[in-house]
Amino acid sequence: MPPQFALAVPLLAAAVAPNALAQRSPTEAVPDTIEARVQACIGCHGAQGQGVENVYFPRLAGKPAGYLYNQLVAFRDGRRKYVPMNYLLAYLPDPYLSRMAAYFAALNPPYPGGAGAGDKAPPPALVEEGRRLASEGVPAARVPPCMACHGTALNGREPGIPGLLGLRADYVSAQLGAWRYGVRTALAPDCMQFVASSLTEHQVEAVSAFLAAQPVPPKLRPAPADQKALPLECGSQQGRIQ
Amino acid sequence: MRRVLAAVLVLALLGVGALLLWQRAPLRSGGPVAGNGQVERGRYLAQAGDCIACHTVPGEAIFSGNRPMPTPFGTLYSPNITPDDETGIGKWTADEFYQMMHTGRGRDGKLLYPAMPFASYTKVTRADSDAIFAYLRSVPPVRRNSRGHDLRFPYNNRALLIGWRTLYFQEGEYQPDPGKSAEWNRGAYLVQGLGHCAMCHTPINALGGSSPARAFQGGLIPMQHWYAPSLTSNRESGLGEWSEQDIADLLQAGISSRATVYGPMAEVTYNSLQYMNDADARAMAVYLKSLPNTDPPDSAPALAPVRADTEQMYSDGKRLYGEHCANCHGAEGQGKPPHYPPLAGNRSIGMVSAVNPIRMVLNGGYPPGTRRNPMPYGMPPFAQFMTDAEIAAIVTYIRTAWGNPGAPVDVREVGALRAATVE
Repeated sequence: MPPQFALAVPLLAAAVAPNALAQRSPTEAVPDTIEARVQACIGCHGAQGQGVENVYFPRLAGKPAGYLYNQLVAFRDGRRKYVPMNYLLAYLPDPYLSRMAAYFAALNPPYPGGAGAGDKAPPPALVEEGRRLASEGVPAARVPPCMACHGTALNGREPGIPGLLGLRADYVSAQLGAWRYGVRTALAPDCMQFVASSLTEHQVEAVSAFLAAQPVPPKLRPAPADQKALPLECGSQQGRIQ
Repeated sequence: MRRVLAAVLVLALLGVGALLLWQRAPLRSGGPVAGNGQVERGRYLAQAGDCIACHTVPGEAIFSGNRPMPTPFGTLYSPNITPDDETGIGKWTADEFYQMMHTGRGRDGKLLYPAMPFASYTKVTRADSDAIFAYLRSVPPVRRNSRGHDLRFPYNNRALLIGWRTLYFQEGEYQPDPGKSAEWNRGAYLVQGLGHCAMCHTPINALGGSSPARAFQGGLIPMQHWYAPSLTSNRESGLGEWSEQDIADLLQAGISSRATVYGPMAEVTYNSLQYMNDADARAMAVYLKSLPNTDPPDSAPALAPVRADTEQMYSDGKRLYGEHCANCHGAEGQGKPPHYPPLAGNRSIGMVSAVNPIRMVLNGGYPPGTRRNPMPYGMPPFAQFMTDAEIAAIVTYIRTAWGNPGAPVDVREVGALRAATVE
């Protein structure tokens, strides 16, 4: 396990450290928990990190802790651009972001109403094309299939590869677009930047439609980390020493 | 080879103690000869000066520069100040560095733009300047060309800076006031010098100058859409009524029983003030507390005429406050200090400018994670869930309830800040 992610595990188990600054009004004590500290997150991401109605506020619960940590750091440092998140995280240190990531990674509330509930059903031919892209990739452009890294069940893999189910089509296609145009970047080498900028807009639409149309099995969890080689070099899965 | 010889010579002079330190922290290439104690002191002073905030892009090599700084006159880019010979300060001498800090002129004699706070840094002593220089020379050199500034005409003409300097720049090291304690003088030296607090807490005029006559009287920070409160008005953040401990807590920890830092001040706390030792934090508190209250004797705010729509806003605000805010900030605005700040009697709520309370409701925020408060509690943003009218109602309520002295808020001000900070 890369050192960065090795850190997160004991942190998850550890109790919250006592606060350095004494509370002056003991009758009105604020709970000394991570849960109380992430109240700023749940308005948009749900009380259990399950996501909300808004397509662009994704589920956090159950994603690999390393993936969540990488996103928090990327938002803080401006490598992934979304003004409200960049602002909220700007002055939070790495160990705290690691605790936040571990907290949401350990939650596992049910998926609300299945993926894409309320979205219009996409044309079957588009979904079928998406299925082919997700399972076969685009050999001519040397783009590996989604399943090569994110798993045949698309459940992701510890420590850094997220599952792709339970996301809505507009969110997936917005992320691929953000990668292509440099609004979202991952740790170098940024494999998804290569993937996203190698796909046509139509292919992005197809793969997004396919992913959003898949049912989410109950108890979907990311696969454990292993040493299996990836088809592309990915900084996110290698981690880095903080 | 010459460097090694020089190092050996100086180490012989400094003795065995220095030799041991040198073995633990070998000189990096390009570094000048400096005792390890001086480098450590320089690191501390560079933190006091918050050099990192402008000279480092978050996540990139320290002091490698090129951080964009938007100003009303165009975008400035901070230079690379790592000890690289070609693109950094590798060829500078300690003399040249002191001259730059002291006079606001670059090594080549060019006038610096006052985004570099030389009007404050001129107060830094030669010994402290040398220590900062020694520290900067100890960080890894990075080869990275500094990007040119992108300023609009006529501000791209450095000759204009001569006029600016005549108006706003007074060269000279800090002169201790013999009538004050050593602690007060230390605080004044840090606040006026390296801390460069006046850059934000003194009103900025159309020329980008801070008038010494209005020092620490507060001001809107250009481009950042935050208001830096007056440090001299007891109606704003004048600290006359605060205990020294509360002031030191706010500076070092970012939270206190009276208030919490957010926005640009959170950045200052995160990068700089959290590292101040207890003695220096207390010295700054002693000095800040002594600043004169500049409020005129009769400074109760002009009460806005009560209109029907103000009363409606107040009652809407009261209802919304009960639903969304009271759980943390208390039914009577008493908060749960230090983690959930009080709103009753919190002067950043009732200041003349309503920018900060509106932004807090729109954007929420985390105080900085600091050594004394490594895992701060966060306030959720409400921009995504509330209309401008609802936010105006809540802010009107908290500015006028519980004896708070603020005026009602116009819904258009909320809309303008939403456009500037969310979308």
